[in-house]
Amino acid sequence: MGDQSLENVIHLHNLQKTYTVHEREAGLLAAFRSLVRRKTRAVRAVDGISFDVAAGEIVGFLGPNGAGKTTTLKMLSGLLHPTAGEVRVLGHEPYRRRREFLRNIALVMGQRNQLAWDIPAIDSFDLNRVIYRIPQAEYRQTLDELVTLLNLEQLIQKPVRNLSLGERMKCEIAAALLHRPRVLFLDEPTIGLDVTMQRRIRTFIGEYNRRHQATVLLTSHYMADVEALCERVIVIHQGQILFDGDLSALVRRFSTHKTIVVDLPGGTRGNGELSRYGEVVAQTAGQVTLRVPKAEAARVTGRLLADLAIHDLTIQDPPIEEVIEQVFNQEPG
Amino acid sequence: MRRIFEVYGALFKVSTAVQLQYRASMVIWLISTVLQPVVYLVVWSNVAESRGGSAGGFTTTDFAAYFIVLMIVDHLTFDWHMWEYDYRIREGLLSPLLLRPLHPIHADIADNIAYKLLSLLVMVPAAVALTFLFRPALDPPLWALLAALPAVLLAAAVRFLTSWAVAMAAFWTTRIDAINNIYFVTELFFSGRLAPLALLPAPLPFIATLLPFRWALAFPVELVMGRLTPRETIMGLLAQLIWVGLSLVLLRLVWRAGVRRYAAFGA
Repeated sequence: MGDQSLENVIHLHNLQKTYTVHEREAGLLAAFRSLVRRKTRAVRAVDGISFDVAAGEIVGFLGPNGAGKTTTLKMLSGLLHPTAGEVRVLGHEPYRRRREFLRNIALVMGQRNQLAWDIPAIDSFDLNRVIYRIPQAEYRQTLDELVTLLNLEQLIQKPVRNLSLGERMKCEIAAALLHRPRVLFLDEPTIGLDVTMQRRIRTFIGEYNRRHQATVLLTSHYMADVEALCERVIVIHQGQILFDGDLSALVRRFSTHKTIVVDLPGGTRGNGELSRYGEVVAQTAGQVTLRVPKAEAARVTGRLLADLAIHDLTIQDPPIEEVIEQVFNQEPG
Repeated sequence: MRRIFEVYGALFKVSTAVQLQYRASMVIWLISTVLQPVVYLVVWSNVAESRGGSAGGFTTTDFAAYFIVLMIVDHLTFDWHMWEYDYRIREGLLSPLLLRPLHPIHADIADNIAYKLLSLLVMVPAAVALTFLFRPALDPPLWALLAALPAVLLAAAVRFLTSWAVAMAAFWTTRIDAINNIYFVTELFFSGRLAPLALLPAPLPFIATLLPFRWALAFPVELVMGRLTPRETIMGLLAQLIWVGLSLVLLRLVWRAGVRRYAAFGA
């Protein structure tokens, strides 16, 4: 260690990954034709992305399915060879898979497992202790910490195949963290889990980051994960970066509307009247939620306050999901 | 060195625990391991009997000895990972193995040894039962028995390394079974599995000495049968060493190329 500056634990420059895929039309004739001449097509999964991540940062990596998130994580963890560009993690070129590199990272994929299916997780943990050369005392301490934080004591003695999806995921995460990786790549760590389990894993990732100053790069479909954990998000779409910055800036830049919530003590006086101010998106007895274009928010607010007897009024940004959807709907420029 | 023992100890514990979960399938698999040589034994004994008691210098009791020893050596040297690699790659099971700071071959070696030690519990009684049943003629000199120990170990190494190298074909094709079958048909003839190599017609026994299969199976059997001179034994051990070296080099090359391909096409 110490061979790299701590400022940038992850460094990508103009990183590209192109897959060659075989193409074949449907049908028997096409099947025979492909015996003679195979048609291939180059698919650019990652199309020249650049960013740096500093030590201790938690960065959310967002994008629709097929955007290139997983491909990027695989290049960062050394499973995939980049087609072009530069990638460095902890000063290593990941695809060389040097032991020194592998010992300091972890990749957790929501749908892949490293734990042996037929035996209790604790046995797999012990194997990792030896493989990663974790000193006994440190292993005990980390294990205790993980068992407490993730509530594992009942689980690690049972064969993995008898665990529920969420329980297994917790054990997978624990297995990936026993060697205290300095860089943690999480690909959909909460996929398929119920809300309570999602929250627990989320809290845990934040806690791990704080305790060990670990750098975390995480992809998730659940915006709640991102909102709770990531100050910085990188939005990727069709292999290119659309946005890199903090969450609030993302909202500022991409939201086209504001939400105005109005409390009316006398009750609402019918839709017809209020829809003059903006699109009515929700309405209860004493409260109306309006959606108005961002540029007009101030003017509409002024009119509302002048025209109506208002008890309370708040202006909000739209839900983050909505903003992200808007980001994905526009072409990368 | 201590580190290697520690790693293997840990891998071994896990492998044994996993395999104990599959006792039933292990027994079924072992039955076929025992049945195959018994079939050949019966066929060849009948051939010998119909020819007045011996075929190609092998009497019925020689055949019994040959195939019972072959069964044990076969059991101690075989490897199954070439049937698993395709699945491992297709299902993405290789990725977690590549992320560990340990070459995946070590887990497979430990797995192999764990299986063999566990299944000796069945193999030894089977061999004893067959001995009572078929009365093999076995009276090797002591030096041959001693030489058989390194010969079996080297045979296991040759067999494991070559079959692991063949398994790497799974990086290039999903039709790995076809390749495996070519390998096994060749092995059937040239390893001495089908018949003692001395019984094969003229150029075949010579060709067998040039291929790895004899050194991976028949050689230790011939040694235990007392059919080899000290000179032939030393040459055989040398041939085994050469094959271990060659297959190590081959394995390194195909492994590197294979992983590069895996990393290029998507893991």
